[in-house]
Amino acid sequence: MPHLHIPVTRVEGHGLITVHLGEDGRVQEARFHVTEVRGFERFCVGRTLWEMPALTARICGICPVSHLLCSAKACDALLAVRIPSAAEKLRRLMNLGQIVQSHALSFFHLSSPDLLLGWDADPKDRNVFGLAAFDRKLALDGIRLRAFGQEIIEILGGKRVHPAWAVPGGVNQPLSEESRDRIAAKLPEALRIAQDALSLYEERMGSWAEEAEHFGKFPSLFMSLVAPDGSWEHYGGHIRFVDANRRIVADGLDPRRYQEYIGEAVETWSYLKFPYYKPYGYPEGMYRVGPLARLNCCDRFGTKLADEALGRFRALAGEKAVTASFHYHYARLIEIVGALEKIQELLSHPEILSLRVRAEAGVNELEGVGVHEAPRGTLFHHYFVDETGVIRRVNLIVSTGHNNLAMNRTVAQIAQHWLNGREITEGLLNRLEGGIRAYDPCLSCSVHAVGQMPLRVVLFGPDGELLAERTRGA
Amino acid sequence: MITLTIDGVRVQAEEGETVLEVAKKAGVRIPTLCYLEGLSPRGACRLCLVEVRNWGGRLVPSCATPVQEGMDVVANSPRLKELRRTILEMLFAERNHICAFCVSNGHCELQDLAMELGMDHVRLPYRWPLLPLDLSHAKYGLDHNRCVLCGRCVEACSEVEGAMTLGFSGRGVFTLVEADLGDPWGKSPTCTGCGKCVQGCPTGALFEKGKATSEQVKRPQILAEVTERRPRA
Repeated sequence: MPHLHIPVTRVEGHGLITVHLGEDGRVQEARFHVTEVRGFERFCVGRTLWEMPALTARICGICPVSHLLCSAKACDALLAVRIPSAAEKLRRLMNLGQIVQSHALSFFHLSSPDLLLGWDADPKDRNVFGLAAFDRKLALDGIRLRAFGQEIIEILGGKRVHPAWAVPGGVNQPLSEESRDRIAAKLPEALRIAQDALSLYEERMGSWAEEAEHFGKFPSLFMSLVAPDGSWEHYGGHIRFVDANRRIVADGLDPRRYQEYIGEAVETWSYLKFPYYKPYGYPEGMYRVGPLARLNCCDRFGTKLADEALGRFRALAGEKAVTASFHYHYARLIEIVGALEKIQELLSHPEILSLRVRAEAGVNELEGVGVHEAPRGTLFHHYFVDETGVIRRVNLIVSTGHNNLAMNRTVAQIAQHWLNGREITEGLLNRLEGGIRAYDPCLSCSVHAVGQMPLRVVLFGPDGELLAERTRGA
Repeated sequence: MITLTIDGVRVQAEEGETVLEVAKKAGVRIPTLCYLEGLSPRGACRLCLVEVRNWGGRLVPSCATPVQEGMDVVANSPRLKELRRTILEMLFAERNHICAFCVSNGHCELQDLAMELGMDHVRLPYRWPLLPLDLSHAKYGLDHNRCVLCGRCVEACSEVEGAMTLGFSGRGVFTLVEADLGDPWGKSPTCTGCGKCVQGCPTGALFEKGKATSEQVKRPQILAEVTERRPRA
């Protein structure tokens, strides 16, 4: 029996894919397992609410900012304060910087080697170095764009990774005029890079038609925050669900009452929970979050260039939602352009330099929910404290978790299309990797876990016998 | 006047001065943690241990040892460095000193000492005790996880403020700093809420409520300053 191991590289964290064959030799089921546990929800218990933003930021090194901001929002709710509006603008600015840097990382560093060098390219070249050899300018552009997003984070928070700047009640450092000008000076180049990448994607899109058709193209719900006027939102607003026809299933949902409409199912074979839309039940209530969902959910982006691109994106599916997970990549690039435009708007606002950036208060509520859009999707932090501010209970629903059912569906679809016989071929593996990577999952975040373990693919026969297993490079 | 030698240099000192005070005047650095100017020396942490060569190499806490004629003191040596580092590792292993999200991160004497003594890792198994926080006080919080039992808060409370609210309960590693008879700090009828204990605390164990990660900057020197300024009879 062949024992072949293949890591799915260029994603954050640990995972395992198992493919189960039926009597007829066809793929019956495929599962995407997250094989680690970390326990953040448990060990936050007993700490103070004021530590929570910096503590939960340690869940991840890629999106610490997302946890930092979401946690700070949950803590604002515990203090029952409305933070100064300059503080909200600054938090928005940092989140946009985070979206730019994370999306740039996903597209340029992690995914573009697949897209541009091809699915059958030698794995040793399918990385950012191979990309640099293939197209030096593009690789450098990607590095610069990511650096721009990180610089916003650094300027605001004092460091690129794990800044402890967002605090319960606001932020602890205003933005200086000089810093604002530094960000503004680099904006035109970032926008140029983002537009170039978007054009490149649109030009090359036709050559990825087969992947776009089979990398998780299926009807599902989509969930994201939208602004009160229905436009794209990443920090405030309310929750909206749309279906595959872009029909609004639920709108105006209070993010703080997420438990009324989101259930979390548990399967014995994965440490990652399976959130679902409660009214539709489990697993029919599968929904997707993240860039694709945000673009499907919103009525418009709200900025000029992104809205033009959104028009072209919508044209892929007529009036319906774009249901191909492959186009997470497309959505990500549009979001970078839109985020940069929104950064421009925020920098031009006179209030952005205000020195009043923090509301002080004690514990006024014993339960608080923070919700915002992380690059990978909607993030929920839910805390319970005692009268003095000591954390009693924590629930986190992390973006990658929402996409768990959809990622499972995606690996099944890819296996059904590309698996021939009982052998795990290179082409299948590359596409399984690529299919998962389209979601830009952060497995470390999703189970609040850390570490290095390759993603393996295991193939089982109808009686559960192991047919093949691969971990590349092992 | 008393004459002694510190690290091979002859120095003069007044009767009653401690080895630490004289070393400081002579420009010799001896790491300290529980010692704080303005408070009585306790000799609790043992980080300021020095070796007295002509006392048969005896180790004494420099903060609590008065100078004596002819003493030959070694303040810095590989042996002392190793001892101090081990003491520091014991402090880290005893409770949960996790800097990353601590209010005192970047402004912590324990953290500074770890850097000064090159403590890049801890060779002892951590105890990971499950200790509570007391946030019952209106202005201040007490986190036993980050306490090194140096006693500076207890002395600040008794010697400088005169409230005598804080004290120790329990023994050994189970010792806790507590208010009055172990009631929640916020219920203490003796606490004046002056905050001298917080200012004197070298770590994030005592902090001002509302301070988030890295925001707690302390002024331990204030204890010596208020004592100095106080009118004398």
